[in-house]
Amino acid sequence: MKSVIAEDLVKTYRNGAVRALDHLSLDVEEGTVLSVLGPNGAGKTTCVRILATLLRPDSGHAMVGGIDVIKQPEKVREVIGLSGQYAAVDEILTGWDNLVMFGQLYHLGKKQAIARADELLERFSLTESAKRPIKTYSGGMRRRLDLAASLIVKPKVLFLDEPTTGLDPRGRQEMWSVIEELVKGGVTLLLTTQYLEEADQLADEIAVIDHGKVIARGTSDALKKQVGGERLEIVVESHNVAKTMEVVANISGNKATLDEGLRMISAPVSTGATALIETLRSLDSEGIHPLDVGLKRPSLDDVFLSLTGHAAEEKTTEEEVTTGRRKKAKK
Amino acid sequence: MSAFKDTMIITQRQLRLLTRVPEVLIFSTIQPVMFVLLFRYVFGGSIDTGQPGGYVQLLMPGIFVQTVAFTLAGTASGLAEDLKKGLIDRFRSLPISQSALVVGRTLGDSLLNIVVLAVMGIAGYVVGWRPSSGLLSVAIGFVFLLLFGYALSWVGIYVGLSASDARVVQNVSFIITFPLTFLSNAFAPTTGMPRALQYFAEWNPVSTMVAACRELFGLENEFGATAGSFPSENPLLTSFFYMILIMAIFVPLSVRKYKRAAD
Repeated sequence: MKSVIAEDLVKTYRNGAVRALDHLSLDVEEGTVLSVLGPNGAGKTTCVRILATLLRPDSGHAMVGGIDVIKQPEKVREVIGLSGQYAAVDEILTGWDNLVMFGQLYHLGKKQAIARADELLERFSLTESAKRPIKTYSGGMRRRLDLAASLIVKPKVLFLDEPTTGLDPRGRQEMWSVIEELVKGGVTLLLTTQYLEEADQLADEIAVIDHGKVIARGTSDALKKQVGGERLEIVVESHNVAKTMEVVANISGNKATLDEGLRMISAPVSTGATALIETLRSLDSEGIHPLDVGLKRPSLDDVFLSLTGHAAEEKTTEEEVTTGRRKKAKK
Repeated sequence: MSAFKDTMIITQRQLRLLTRVPEVLIFSTIQPVMFVLLFRYVFGGSIDTGQPGGYVQLLMPGIFVQTVAFTLAGTASGLAEDLKKGLIDRFRSLPISQSALVVGRTLGDSLLNIVVLAVMGIAGYVVGWRPSSGLLSVAIGFVFLLLFGYALSWVGIYVGLSASDARVVQNVSFIITFPLTFLSNAFAPTTGMPRALQYFAEWNPVSTMVAACRELFGLENEFGATAGSFPSENPLLTSFFYMILIMAIFVPLSVRKYKRAAD
């Protein structure tokens, strides 16, 4: 069963001058993780905001948890959790205050709200700072608290909009392990990110979007395959370079390239591990012992570049329109 | 029923913010108290009121009204702040009554006004303010002041949701409240203004509120161009009408705006 279905969503701003979503369609199978991957301005946030009932699309329709987002937004709100790019918690209040307040707003009784707050703080390793105002929290702690707030009533579908944007590597790592825990618990998750590594790490499936459209989708591996095969990379001592290039070119059937600085010889191969073994045997019989050897699959960066013709880091102005006012809040 | 509960939770949040950042409460009271002292001692000496008790009697109703009028700015910037931080998105994604957040905020801001008015009343008393009417009339005056602040906080909600930036919110609130409070009878008699201006200055809601409070506190009102007109003769009733008008316009506008925030 599909937990999230978006069909032909269109959303424009400034009377059509900016097209944030351009007939975007996607779906998420129940209990799986879909990562919506795209650069700034691709329409990720707009997409999440529509699915989370915060925004009405110009046209198209969407179902979340089997409920129509446009016709019954109030019902949808009962089954979703949303955690945005900007930790949406009250900075002045403590972590505990925030969770208890949100618990009460989810109509838990005061006692239940407190119990749930304590449980979530424990689970996200925030118990020690529970009684401190959020403004004293690190970026990573804020995000974890924000995530906790979206999990108060165990949502069926969780939307995480760029959950690690702006975090340092440690904060990101912590956030990833928290999200992985959640996924093991069976939640249906739609996660947006501009980090290719993040999508690779967390998602069952990836939808690459650009200019408001899904331009490719599939598993991480499938997308990588779509871009091309693997590359064989061998590092040898300098006096063996010429001979090695010959061997590699023979086996690969393509011209080998040399990175002189690294003394690394590489060439595309279609047979993967077999080509690797063959190369090593040949080199061994020539008496050459490689310093390093490996098969490299294309990174998602390569995927993006080959799909869109521009690098994932490229910035456009669309996102400024959709989230501009929140952006200014960033410290 | 659950809409009421949701609203109360938001109001509680508002109050908790005050206990967590007592500076907000302190500065919200220091400012009006400062105005009381400044106007009382700077202008008080040179304005001949012709009323028993001197300028401070006329001044206090003016400053009370000015202070509650500034609720507009407080509500607007508080809401703009929530919007900027993405808190509004979170609230809107919850299965709660969609009006709870805005209603809760207006109520919370009114509760803050109670404290502020009480402190100002005490400060006024210290510098010689002695309403000559009975306790009941004075109490009614304060209830009216709170209602006026409440009505204006709805304008604040609209401003806070409409502006794109917190600084813009400040400026817009300022542009709305300043002419209203100074082009009025709050601090100086309107009779000294150019005649054309007197019409605005005497019929503007701040002036009718000030006139109403003065009446309730046992003072005579003095009008220029509009003397004898209905608003001048019935400032309390006129103010009441203004409040209903403001709410009738801005409650639906704000609620609609909130539901479509950032649409």
